[in-house]
Parts: sequence; structure tokens; C-alpha cells
Amino acid sequence: MSFGKVFLALLEGFGVTCTIFILTLLFAIPLGLVIAFGSMSKFKPLRYLTRGFVWVIRGTPLMLQIIVVFYVPGLLFKVNFTSRLMAVIISFVINYACYFSEIYRGGIESIPKGQYEAGKVLGMTSSQIFFKIVLMQVVKRIVPPMSNEIITLVKDTSLARVITVVEIIRQAQEIVSIYGILWPLLFTGVFYLVFNGILTLLFGYIEKKLNYYQG
Amino acid sequence: MALLQVKNMRKDFDRLEVLKGIDFELDKGEVLAIIGSSGSGKTTLLRCLNFLETPDKGQIYIDGELIFDAEKDREVSDADLREKRLNFGLVFQSFNLFPQYSALKNVTLAPSLFVASEIKQKKATAYKEYLKNIFVKGSLKKFREERAILGEQSKNLREDIEKRALKLLDKVGLSDKVDNFPCELSGGQCQRLAIARALALNPKILCFDEPTSALDPELTGEVLKVIKNLKSKETTMIIVTHEMEFARNVADKVIYMANGIIEEMGTPEEVFGNPKSEKTRAFLLKDDLSGGKYGV
Repeated sequence: MSFGKVFLALLEGFGVTCTIFILTLLFAIPLGLVIAFGSMSKFKPLRYLTRGFVWVIRGTPLMLQIIVVFYVPGLLFKVNFTSRLMAVIISFVINYACYFSEIYRGGIESIPKGQYEAGKVLGMTSSQIFFKIVLMQVVKRIVPPMSNEIITLVKDTSLARVITVVEIIRQAQEIVSIYGILWPLLFTGVFYLVFNGILTLLFGYIEKKLNYYQG
Repeated sequence: MALLQVKNMRKDFDRLEVLKGIDFELDKGEVLAIIGSSGSGKTTLLRCLNFLETPDKGQIYIDGELIFDAEKDREVSDADLREKRLNFGLVFQSFNLFPQYSALKNVTLAPSLFVASEIKQKKATAYKEYLKNIFVKGSLKKFREERAILGEQSKNLREDIEKRALKLLDKVGLSDKVDNFPCELSGGQCQRLAIARALALNPKILCFDEPTSALDPELTGEVLKVIKNLKSKETTMIIVTHEMEFARNVADKVIYMANGIIEEMGTPEEVFGNPKSEKTRAFLLKDDLSGGKYGV
């Protein structure tokens, strides 16, 4: 099989990888904020429930979660997923939202109490204090841990193949087993490296942009 | 009538009684200095006045009007609390400036948020009015006109806020630092900016919580000078301070606090010159011995 053909086939798989990546980010970033608020809630039952949920999600392998999300609805309620990709994305969103929520929580709790108090004595509402004062400072603080997590997400997408979603690694494996050549599997690493390289540059740029102030 | 009256204010933290019944009055244009050793409840008193802590007992009157009564107001709504707070401004020991905004934006942020929410409310009312009369001829045109007027109003108000902020920054000697961020300012400049920010909302009473304690000795002078210059018939101030000389020169009234009560209250001459209480005398003597700066 020629290099061009392999490349195109891998590119097709990489498209699926990117779909999982982008949709996961799109939904997990806001959902993480909701979970973060839940885990910081003053209402104890909600706080314990959210923290328990985060514990379960962070305490079990993502591979297992994908299997559970895909098979359990069918076993219990006889409802099956029409799209395997959908099941993958749902489990990824839940998993990553939990990790993000902990990063958000750390960021929000690291903002000094004085910032809230300054907002209060200036007569701001709680939502004004959060959106106009705290959020921007949180964003600056969480860019490094978030970029870490997001780069991990790029590579975690390969777990989708556990329910036979043909992302790039699965695609390469199929080529390997059909044509008996190994290099396409190794070549997938180039796709990951290039993609993560771009992301690294992007995060570096964002960090630099946010560096217009200190503290 | 006194501008501010505080009656029997008490505050506990768990079992620790921090304020054990504070009573005092303050007239418009007066400067009150609160002195006392650390842990005597000075800061807690100031935080109670600004509703950062809720007093357990006591009343606060402004212009003779009861604005807070611990008996009834244990559970006040956020909106009410905000309104009560606006009678007071507070300058913190550690500045608490907003690091992501320029000096100017630090001053304009709170007032422009006020204007924005007011205009938003008016727009919503105009819209409701329009929906009510949606089938009346010319109602859309009227609504559009109203919206344009409100837009114009908001623009003018914003400009006013900015002009006022620039004036305030000039007053505290920061007219050349308008576009700088807090991280680019010295400690003294930060505190002066914080003073301008607190003034932007025109509080009836401006409170200072040890405004120079976080500063290097050579920077305290510029901040104290700004505070001194604020003194006028219109500005009423409460200053918690360890700067005895300053309290003596600027204050009209001095309170010496010890263990959560007012140990001595009077004019600076009375408190510093001829203290009646043994505790006050001991405190001032200790201060004298340490070269005029308590605790150093």
C-alpha cells in the first residue's frame, strides 16, 4: 500500500479523533463549571453528591466508562445507541467535565477573599463579582493546568476504539492487520505530535496574552 | 443630629467575644481615629459597619434613620445589604485592587456597573410597555425612540463617571498612572488608587482599615497626606490606625479600644494629652517608648 493511500486513510481516522476532541471540549468546558459550582455549593447534600460523582468518575478508567455508557442503557432499558461515536462523546464529556471542574474549583478557591470583599463594599452583586472580578483572574490561573488536561484529551481519544469507533489508531491497526505492514501504526504518532505541537503553541500564545498584568 | 450612630454593637466569633457593646456617634465632616492594640476589635468594628460581618447585636443609624438592627436584620436580602453598604466606603489594609484592570477601570468599574444595570432596567420597562401596546399604531416608533434616548443617557453617564474618576485620580496624585495596572504601581500608589476607588461611589462615611500597615515606612507619608487632604466639611471618615501622630493631627475624635470595648473616647487633646484610663496611658506610653510607632 502506497504512502499516499495510507496517509489518506489515517487522515480519515484522524478526522474522527478531532471530532471527539472538539465536541468533548465544547461541552466539557461549560459543564465543568456547573460541576465546580456544585462541588463548592453551600448546600451540603448537593456538595457531597457532586463530590461523590467526581470521585467515581475520576476513580474509574475512562475505558470502562465508555463501555458502561455504551452497553448499560441497552442492558437495563433496552435502549441502544444508534451512534457509537455519540456514546464515546458522552462518556468523554462527563469524564473531562469532572477533571475540569476540579481545576476550576482550585482556580476559584485560589482567588483571595479580599477580591470578593472589595466587590461587596463597592455594592456589586454576587454575579457581578464573579463575572467582572473573579472569572478573569481564574482564567489566567487555570490556563497551564487546563492545557495539560487538554493535551491529555488528544491522546485519550484513542480509547474510543474499545467500542470500535474507528479513530486514527484503530484505522492504523486495520491497515496493519490487512496489509501486514507495521509502519502506519507508528506513523500515527506524527499526527498526535503535530496536533499537540499546534495546541502547545496556542496555549503559549494565550498565556502570553493574559500576561498583561501580574497577580 | 449625628450622621452616624452605633448603639450597643456586639459581635462574637464562635465563643470569642470580639465586640462587647460599642456605642459612639459621629457628626458629618468629622474624622474619627480608632486606635488600640492588635486584637482589640478595631478591624471587626469597621467590618461590621461595612456589613462584611453581621453584628450579633446592636443598631446602626444614619442621619437618625435606623439602617440596621441586629434583632430584625439577621437575614437581610442581598439587595438590601448592598444598599446599606453603599452608605460606607472601605479602604483595605491590603488594597484589594482588581489586578486585571487599569487604574482608571478600577475606579470606574463599580459606578459603571450601577449605571448599566439601571439602564437595563429602564430598557426592560420600556420593552414591557411596548409589548402591552404592541397593536397600537406608532408604539414601535415610540419604543425605538425611548431606546435611543436611554442609549444616549447611558453614554453620557459613562462619560461623567470617567470624568469623575479622572478627577479623583488627580486628587490622589495618580493622574499620570491612569492606564497603569496595579502591579505596576508602588504600595503607596496602590493604596491611593484604592482610596480613589472607594470615593467613586460617594459614600457618606469613608472607612480606612489600617491603610498604611502594609506599606514601607517611607511610603506611609504620601498615603496619610492624601487622607489628610480629603478632610473637609463634607467627608466623614473613620480611620483605624497605628499612626499616633497622624491620629493626633487629623482626627476630631479618637477612640481607644481594648478587649472589645471603648476604653476611652474624646478629642485628640483629651485622649493623647490627658488620658483618664490607666490602660490608655499604658498603651500610649508603650507607643512613645517605641518611637511613636506602636508595636515596632
